[in-house]
Amino acid sequence: MAVVETKAAQAASEDKELLISGSEAVAEALTLADLDVVTAYPIRPYDTVMQAIAKKISGGQLTAEYIVAEGEHSQFEIVKHASTVGARVFCGSSGVGWAYAMECLVVTPPLRVPMICLVGNRALDDPGAFGVEHNDALFVRDLGWMLCWIDTSQEAFDTTLIAYRVAEDRRVFLPCAISADGAFLTHSQAITMVASKEKVDRFLPRYNRGDLLLHPDNPITVAPQANEDWVIEIRRQNDEAMKRAYTVIEEAYADFRKVFGRGPENPWFEEYMTEDADVILIGMGTISLPMKVGIRNMRAQGKKVGLVRLRWFRPFPTEKIVAALSKAKAIGVVDRNYSFGSPFASGVVANEIRAALYNSDKRPPLLSFISGLGGREVTLEDVYKAADLCYSAATSGKSDARTHWLGVRE
Amino acid sequence: MSALICEVVYRGIFQKNLASRITRGIVLSARKAGRWGIAFGRYGDSPQRNGIPAKDFAIVADTKEELEQNMARYEPKHVDVTICVDDTLSKGVESWAWYGLQPINKLTVPNGTLLMTSLQSPESLLKDIHKKDAPYKLSLIPAKASFAGLWVYREDHTEVRILGALAKIAPDFLTLDAVSQAIKESEWGSDLKVASAKKAYERIETREIKMTEGNGEIPFSFEMPKWWEMREGVTIPAIPVGKPKEAGKGYVPERNPYFKKYTTRTMRPVIDFDTCVKCNLCWISCPDSVFDVMPDGTFDAAMEACCGCGVCEAVCPVEHCVTMVNEQAFDDNASQWEMWRKDKAAYKTWLGTKIADKKTTVRSHGFRFRGQYDQELKAELDSGGVEITAGIPGENAAHKTV
Repeated sequence: MAVVETKAAQAASEDKELLISGSEAVAEALTLADLDVVTAYPIRPYDTVMQAIAKKISGGQLTAEYIVAEGEHSQFEIVKHASTVGARVFCGSSGVGWAYAMECLVVTPPLRVPMICLVGNRALDDPGAFGVEHNDALFVRDLGWMLCWIDTSQEAFDTTLIAYRVAEDRRVFLPCAISADGAFLTHSQAITMVASKEKVDRFLPRYNRGDLLLHPDNPITVAPQANEDWVIEIRRQNDEAMKRAYTVIEEAYADFRKVFGRGPENPWFEEYMTEDADVILIGMGTISLPMKVGIRNMRAQGKKVGLVRLRWFRPFPTEKIVAALSKAKAIGVVDRNYSFGSPFASGVVANEIRAALYNSDKRPPLLSFISGLGGREVTLEDVYKAADLCYSAATSGKSDARTHWLGVRE
Repeated sequence: MSALICEVVYRGIFQKNLASRITRGIVLSARKAGRWGIAFGRYGDSPQRNGIPAKDFAIVADTKEELEQNMARYEPKHVDVTICVDDTLSKGVESWAWYGLQPINKLTVPNGTLLMTSLQSPESLLKDIHKKDAPYKLSLIPAKASFAGLWVYREDHTEVRILGALAKIAPDFLTLDAVSQAIKESEWGSDLKVASAKKAYERIETREIKMTEGNGEIPFSFEMPKWWEMREGVTIPAIPVGKPKEAGKGYVPERNPYFKKYTTRTMRPVIDFDTCVKCNLCWISCPDSVFDVMPDGTFDAAMEACCGCGVCEAVCPVEHCVTMVNEQAFDDNASQWEMWRKDKAAYKTWLGTKIADKKTTVRSHGFRFRGQYDQELKAELDSGGVEITAGIPGENAAHKTV
């Protein structure tokens, strides 16, 4: 429950099963979270969520300010301001729309605004394309945004509630972008359990901005100009908030499991058949589907391959990921993004994991793969190829310093 | 001494180009003897505001390594020569990057030199200049605060007079010949300017200042908060509302504990409480909430908040009720209203002296008519001033002649 109270109560106090897309699942969660202010500006594939919210409002299930902005820049500015006066807010975009909002995305974390966004991951122009790439959300990876990647409609629903719980915690107060792969998740409908309002109210407390609330009873100035005598202290404050988010995320998932009776033990990443794995593949988002199927097929042939699907990218689960990966004989990171000119010309996740492993005593050979760019299908053959290359590295004990592009015509 | 470090303390905008010419002149003069140097400004002062104290620096050294040795910090922590080109800054420096009040001689090394342009005597200046825990020298060039550098540079020769004086103060680094040559070669140089530099070299007067001399007041300072002490979210709490002055009457606002303006102003309002009609216009118009409402309904200007803009004088409907007077005429920041309440006759006399002196009531940092600055400089030719010479660098500098 937040500032603008929704009058039309949820009809059923029971959980219900719906066939909905990832975007619609987010809108279900927003309705139950009693969203106050949402801004919209259309761009595919994010626009599916703005349409789903509009339907909720027009259907009388949600009472919220729905503001159509004249572009993404204003879209993100408006909710930023609404959040400072105590409103629970939602926003989102995709690809170059997210890029157009960049100035506002930059100022949101230092102002400690717990804005929740859906990034419907989309390739950046040019060429103008609709398919998924993760480079859009990754723009903000160094700026104090919490970033997570989801895989299913169910996870979309659950993670939206968890994200509010974490972001609006006074210890954190940082924005969170939930990334959903364009098309594969935003436009695909799956069976999803939508929880009762009663459960959501038990899990998600009211947003309380406390001493940072912009209100006549709490006269403050927000965002003044400052010189070198102040800036580094402000950065250090954000650093601490991001560090505190580790604890708050763990708490939120534990409570989520208690209230909803489901949800992962490990908030940070999903492990699939990793216990005895010689080779572990790593990816984010819906790429897990061909990987899981490929792994099952390879296991039938006696190849012990496993998967780590990273959920939380910021804050990055350094120690946990090191513990999970260092037991493998070789690891392969499949990036649905690129970082041109980066070390070993790798994707972003591969280099993060390399850095995380640097201080570890046991560093298995790490191979880097670029795959599925622009929404290209990641095929089972791609998965087999990646696993086979990792097996060769496991045998030789050496990493191939080259980054392999999968599924590119050559 | 193998390196010479100088700071130029100046007023933002008004003297920006002047300070830059001085620091460049120091480096280019030292270069004549094959030395290395750098001229730079305090970056925190860079978004300058009208009249806000700011700093430029020049470092010259025998070798590149020695130069780097002295450059490996954000700004020098000590200087051999402090150059101050506006004597209202003798009260100290609070730059745009507010960090309390820094005495004008704070960075001057023991036995170093504070070089100022001023028409005041050393004794008069020492009422404002804070005491220092080491002896130093005070060198004076007779001149008023330069207003050369606002928008169009008025060639009032202040930069070359400073350089000429430096040749006397630090001859090991800047000989008069080197300074003369550097001036001549610069885009703003001329034979007349070389002559002005030589005149300053002759006229500069230096006096040893003992540790016991100077203003004993402890300068306003505050502790910068730690990162965990600051409110999060780039959030600044508002200044709390004020309280009645006394007996439930009047109103005194709370004031920012960090943001003071003691040295920002070059002039301050002097108020005739007897003629005040209590119209509230000064109180309403003041952009800095300077005015306290007194129990009798008159208005007292709190000096910690006044930046000297003069809006109060401009809006006051009563003649001579609010008069802006140059900071040189004051040695403290005491309440005028309290002085008036204590002894009205004495206050009348005090007020009369302050506002009668044309030298201190004529605007020193802003002009009422075109050509006022030229007139003022001419009027002071006897005390060392020079006539402004024609010529705007880059436009018609080639035509400027003696």
